[in-house]
Amino acid sequence: MLDAVSPLRPDGDPLAGERVIKLAVLAVGGQGGGVLADWITAVAERNGFVAQSTSVAGVAQRTGATIYYVEMARDTGRLPVFALSPSQGDVDILIAAELMEAGRAIMRGFVTPERTALIASSHRIAAVSEKIEPGDGRASSDKVRATAEMASRRFIAFDMEKIAVDNGSMISASLLGALAGSGELPFPRESYERTIAASGRGVKASLAAFAGAYDRARGGSAPIRNPVEPGGPNDQAAPHSPVSSAEAAYPEKGDPESGGPVRGPDRLLKEWQALAARVAALPEPVRDMAGRGLRKVVDYQDVPYGREYLDRLERAVAVDDAERAFALSVAAAKHLANAMCYDDMIRVADLKTRSTRDARVRREVALGVDAILQVTEYFHPRIEEFCGTMPARLGRYIEERPKLSAFLDRRINRGRRIRTDSLAGFAALWVIGGMRRWRRGLLRHSVETAHLEKWYALALDHVPTDYALAVEILNCRRLIKGYSDTHVRAHSKFDRVLSALDLLKGRDDAAEWLRRLREAALKDEKGDMLDGALKTVATL
Amino acid sequence: MAERSFAKEVEKLRLGAGDEYAGEGILAITKALLQCGVGYVGGYQGAPISHLMDVLADAQDILGELGVHFEASASEATATAMLAASVHYPIRGAATFKSTVGTNVASDALANLASGGVTGGALIIVGEDYGEGSSIMQERSHAFAMKSQVWLLDPRPNLPSIVKAVEDGFELSEASNTPVMLQVRIRCCHVHGHFIAKDNKRPTMTVAEALDSPRRDTGRIVLPPASFLHEKEKVEKRWPAAVDFIRSNRINEFFGREDGEVGIVCQGGMYNSVIRALQRMGLADTYGETDVPLYVLNAVYPLIDAEFLEFCEGKQSVLVVEEGQPNYIEQAFAAMLHKADRGTRLVGKEYLPVAGEYTGQVMLDGIGGFLRACAPQLLSSEVRAPNKTGQGDTIPDLSRVVPGRPPGFCTGCPERPIFAATKLVEQELGKHHIASDIGCHLFSIMPPFELGATTMGYGLGPASASAFNSPDATRRSISFVGDGGFWHNGLTSSIGNAVFNKNDGVIVIVDNFYSAATGGQDILSSRASNKTKSTKHPITEAVKGMGVGWVRHIDRTYDVPKMQATLREALTTEEKGPKVIIASSECMLNKQRRERPLVDKAIKGGERIVKPKFGVDEDICTGDHACMRLSGCPSLSVKSLDDPLRDDPVAHIDQSCVGCGNCGEVADAAVLCPSFYRADVVHNPGRWDRFLESARRAVIGFLQRRRETRRLSFADA
Repeated sequence: MLDAVSPLRPDGDPLAGERVIKLAVLAVGGQGGGVLADWITAVAERNGFVAQSTSVAGVAQRTGATIYYVEMARDTGRLPVFALSPSQGDVDILIAAELMEAGRAIMRGFVTPERTALIASSHRIAAVSEKIEPGDGRASSDKVRATAEMASRRFIAFDMEKIAVDNGSMISASLLGALAGSGELPFPRESYERTIAASGRGVKASLAAFAGAYDRARGGSAPIRNPVEPGGPNDQAAPHSPVSSAEAAYPEKGDPESGGPVRGPDRLLKEWQALAARVAALPEPVRDMAGRGLRKVVDYQDVPYGREYLDRLERAVAVDDAERAFALSVAAAKHLANAMCYDDMIRVADLKTRSTRDARVRREVALGVDAILQVTEYFHPRIEEFCGTMPARLGRYIEERPKLSAFLDRRINRGRRIRTDSLAGFAALWVIGGMRRWRRGLLRHSVETAHLEKWYALALDHVPTDYALAVEILNCRRLIKGYSDTHVRAHSKFDRVLSALDLLKGRDDAAEWLRRLREAALKDEKGDMLDGALKTVATL
Repeated sequence: MAERSFAKEVEKLRLGAGDEYAGEGILAITKALLQCGVGYVGGYQGAPISHLMDVLADAQDILGELGVHFEASASEATATAMLAASVHYPIRGAATFKSTVGTNVASDALANLASGGVTGGALIIVGEDYGEGSSIMQERSHAFAMKSQVWLLDPRPNLPSIVKAVEDGFELSEASNTPVMLQVRIRCCHVHGHFIAKDNKRPTMTVAEALDSPRRDTGRIVLPPASFLHEKEKVEKRWPAAVDFIRSNRINEFFGREDGEVGIVCQGGMYNSVIRALQRMGLADTYGETDVPLYVLNAVYPLIDAEFLEFCEGKQSVLVVEEGQPNYIEQAFAAMLHKADRGTRLVGKEYLPVAGEYTGQVMLDGIGGFLRACAPQLLSSEVRAPNKTGQGDTIPDLSRVVPGRPPGFCTGCPERPIFAATKLVEQELGKHHIASDIGCHLFSIMPPFELGATTMGYGLGPASASAFNSPDATRRSISFVGDGGFWHNGLTSSIGNAVFNKNDGVIVIVDNFYSAATGGQDILSSRASNKTKSTKHPITEAVKGMGVGWVRHIDRTYDVPKMQATLREALTTEEKGPKVIIASSECMLNKQRRERPLVDKAIKGGERIVKPKFGVDEDICTGDHACMRLSGCPSLSVKSLDDPLRDDPVAHIDQSCVGCGNCGEVADAAVLCPSFYRADVVHNPGRWDRFLESARRAVIGFLQRRRETRRLSFADA
């Protein structure tokens, strides 16, 4: 590949004429990239520049990645010859309306260290391929950010989507603000604002989003005056650590061991204190997770259930090893809690009828003072769920009789839409949620408990021979999730992964293999990747 | 109505002599047509020429004043056949469509039009959608010009040049009695620029005047013996006339020095990219002044032998920059040099890729390679022998990190539930052969649906499944066709064919009330009233009229269980012959554009309005993402919880949700999970609403308090 030679195109070169500024926008369809390109063109023209913008519209609206391209040069009365698409290594300013689009720009060679100022919104819009994995299929933002630092002359990144949404506008406005704030174009702020004002729609909100991003971009680029490595290749780069660290930091939670604020009747609070004291007595590395797990199981059922949880957890702590930072106990604390809080109809009904949930929905739809909220829930119970909520013996009786099951299923198995803002709908769910107190006697509970005990014992049995493997067995609990068919499929994956245990036992890398199997199982719906991995294991 | 209103652009069509026009390339062409006194315009929408059609559709007043007839043609063949009006009458006419897909459809009419020739100027404006971002195959319009012997203009991609090309095109057509194709590439159509306008002209003869004084000339009709004479006339009269016109009017342009040892010949459309490459090598300035001799072909067919040979005079080597393959131009030039016994060395695809788009880097590499080999003295030492090998070695490769982002269904798209239902039916009844068609519904081939095996052309989905009709098979084929494709070609080629041949397959007609993929233009079955078009012709009636016995109409595609049941029935019924399901719901993009302002106004005006939005209870969602495997909706995404107990991100619905209902329907139909809810916000509730609300809130609040005071509550739970 031939590189463009920069020494031949400085401003002073007689052949170069007026310098052409080349700016590309990479956006996801629907983000208003076209509006942004039009604005930039108008700003340039307003400042006595000739500008040309191009795009490939059409599919742009339909959620795909799209490029808009603008070239501009000071107007000398002669028409410059502008290109119609960006070239690798020949872009001065690259605006990415989403972080992975910044990555795509780098990948395509539109961002170069000596040349390009990369202005990117740090928010993510997950692509379909990232969303459909049963596990976490999302691409690594950190890798893109790190690469962007290296690849660009200057990297300005912050959440411009949030600024836009907070101001009731679209990201095109905050992207323009970031561009203006970066000072990369030789145009005054007012000319941008006048351009927005001239566009005529949603002007106030757009200007607010513009201003928010403008200030942020200026703030973010402030450290230019204090280059970290003077004279180095990045001496012009704005270290955006103030921006990124602010993004990365999670708000600190209250003290998880004691559980933060807990409300309830005195009697229960007293019992809770006893449990909290048990958590406090656990080895330090386990406390955080155990505290969270305890809260989850008590919230799910009741205080005695929390006691059960700690009893189980302490079995792991007893055989654990401080040398290994109590990894076994931490894993147990996490997965025991999840296993004990299996998703049944009672839990769903309980969660859906809480006042906190009601408040959350109202917050989410930003309910106005004068408006009324109606909430419809989508349920589709089947005979399996019905039997699960029966007393264990009755539930088994029905399950063992296919004809009876089928008969009942025909009456139960259909979609039910329940209005939880109505009295009847709410009451129905409230009653089901109240069945919590009998949960221990129900069929589902006995099935789940048996499964849990088997899995937990299996893990603990491996501790003496292969500690790491025992931890991985505990981690396999992550596979179990979903409802109905999805839940069945999840169980099948769980069983298939653990079926490799006999083959792996005794190997040095058994834990590593089990982890790989689990990750393969989370890659696709049916577990095709897992089957492939299992075949590999069989050949070991 | 098209999805965009062009009221502002329409006003630009009124600009008079000396006014400056500023805007998109394709609209400049539209204005140029009126300046040329065009008498009628037809076409079929498609990127990148949709806007030409949309603007004219919105400009009925201006067209009426000028006496210009405008038609949204049923297909590209219709549009081209329409140019028959210029055969006997001195009326200028224009047809426009996307190429090469449209040109393929237009071929029959094009061949006949070209054979008889034209009296009035006939211009075919083809929007060339070639290369990156294109939804179609990379073929060349050039081949059509050659096989039908019509002339092909490929102007430099700036507004003054393409406007001039429209004027030249009409004159060339009239001078040579031949239709002329004007090729504009997609980026040129969407380029923003300026030109100085002229006054609009009334056609010298309007279609009304022609109708009132009909003419005919047997010699222009394509039937022997006239058709044999046409072949002679094409080469003996029309071709020389065209060559003469192009040469004497200097349609092709020369730039740079006259006496260089090397030269570059390029298609007009490639000019800016060539200059950019030269600029980057220090051989051209910002305004295109260059030391390298350039011969720019604004007319790429026919080629002018004498012009080219003159250009080659004294040159040792000449590079042909010709995007696309086969390299017709390069071959023709090579033959010219050979026959003239010239020593100039002609190169082209040796330095430039045989196929694919000529991007900036490709041009830089290709022209750089040519100059390094043939004229190194022109280059500075840095370009001649660069020390740097590029930055690629230090910057990590992100190709394994950055996910692909192909276009997909919009938020709330009514087609999504159709494919969700299809996927569910396949889970039940097994995989089927699925034939797809052209249109938004083709996004079904991508994740998460991954449905569809082939796409054979607009309206040809069911036709492409016609071989799969066997009494020995236990499964039926499923084929899709959109309402756009249905009216374009599908009614006869697909439905009629299936009836006639007793095809036993299942045909799903995706009816979203518009030709949606091309920009939401109205079609026969559109539900909107259109002042100038006849709409509201039901597809069901057309299908029944065609002779289909088994027809089911689903008038709300979001009803996934019903869609699923209907598909199941179609795949399993004993009935013979094609099973046609018409699945109708309005394109959400258009619906939102139309309704959102109305709804906002109604809310402000105090009307009772219910606005739906979906949400996910994140503590009920287990993070399996089964819902997303049946959706892919942009508003339904994944979100990390700030909870170390949870490993996987949960589902989350953002503010862009339009409350279409797919999430809830799919959760129900696929028995997924109960974490979805629909939140209907009742704006401006009535008195009864308020009374009911306060009563409910009182009881519900009581029950909640009762339970919550008897248990432990955690602040963050």
